[in-house]
Amino acid sequence: MPNFGILFFPGSNCDHDCYHAIRKILGQPCDFIWHEEICLEGIDCVVIPGGFSYGDYLRAGAISRFSPVMKPLGELAKLGVPIIGICNGFQILVESGLLPGAFIHNSSLKFVCRWTNVRIEDPDTPFTCLLDKGQILKLPVANAQGNFVLSPDRDNIEEWRIVLRYCGEDGELNAEANPSGAEDNIAGITNSRGNVLGMMPHPERGFESLLGSEDGRKMFESVISWIDSRNVAGKAV
Amino acid sequence: MKRFSVKIEVKLKPVVLDPQGKAILNALSGLGFSGISNVRVGKVVELNMEGKSAEQVSQKAYEMCRKLLSNPVIEDSSVEVKEK
Repeated sequence: MPNFGILFFPGSNCDHDCYHAIRKILGQPCDFIWHEEICLEGIDCVVIPGGFSYGDYLRAGAISRFSPVMKPLGELAKLGVPIIGICNGFQILVESGLLPGAFIHNSSLKFVCRWTNVRIEDPDTPFTCLLDKGQILKLPVANAQGNFVLSPDRDNIEEWRIVLRYCGEDGELNAEANPSGAEDNIAGITNSRGNVLGMMPHPERGFESLLGSEDGRKMFESVISWIDSRNVAGKAV
Repeated sequence: MKRFSVKIEVKLKPVVLDPQGKAILNALSGLGFSGISNVRVGKVVELNMEGKSAEQVSQKAYEMCRKLLSNPVIEDSSVEVKEK
C-alpha cells in the first residue's frame, strides 16, 4: 500500500479533510508532514492541501515556496513521484515553478464556493489512469484566486498538459461552467511527465455520496493503482 | 554606505485581464464619472535600503521583484530609488 504524505503550512486548512479521505475512507497509510521537514523519504504520494498558507500574503502561495520542504519536494518531482496540489496547493506548485502559469482574482471578484463539473482531458497521468478521456467528475471549488492565467508565457512553455477542464453537465465547455474565469476553462494541469498535478476543485470533498459526490475517490484510487502496479512490477517509482 | 528610499510598483501585464480594474471602472461609471477607460490595479511596496549607489540599490530591488515581490509570468515591475 502506498504511503501518502500530506504537506501542511501555517494556514493550510484542508489537511484533515485529505487525511479523512485517504486514511479513513480509503484505508491507506497517511501522515502529516510539516513544511519545515527536509526529508521526504518513503513517501509514495505527496498531497498539498488547500487553505490560505501564510494568509495568501503578497500572492497566494508566494511565501510557501521558500519553506524548507520545497527542496526535497522538487527532488521527488524530478524522480517522478506523484504529487497533487489542491486549490492553495495548486497555487503553491505554480509559485514554486513546479508547474507553469499564475493565478489572479476570479473574474467575478468573489470567493466562489460551489459544485462544478470537470472533464478528464488526459487519462494518461497517475491521478487519472482509471478514468476515461471525456469522463465527467462532479467536484466542488472554493477559492478567491482560481483564475488560472498562462497566456503571456504560453508559447514559451512546452512542458505541461491540461488534465481537467470545467464543463457543463454534458461536457460542453462554456463560460457558465467556469467558476473563476480561468483560461480555456482550465481546472487542472500537470507537468509533461504527468506526475505533478495541480487542480483547483477539491477531490477530497467529493468522497461521500452523503456530501454530494463520490467522484473525487476515482482520482485517489487511480494514484493508488498506479503506485501499486509499479511496485508489483518491481520498478522504482 | 548611503541610505535610499525605494518605491517598487508591481502591475499586471497589459495582456492580462484585470478583474479588479474592471469592477472599479464599473463602480466609477456608476458614480457618474464619465470618459474613463482601462483601469488597472497594482501594488506599491516601499522600503528603505542601504547601498553604495542608486544603481546598485535599484538592481537589488529588481532582484527582489524577480524572486518574491512579483510573479514575472503575469506582472511587470518598476523601481524608483531616491537618496535620503
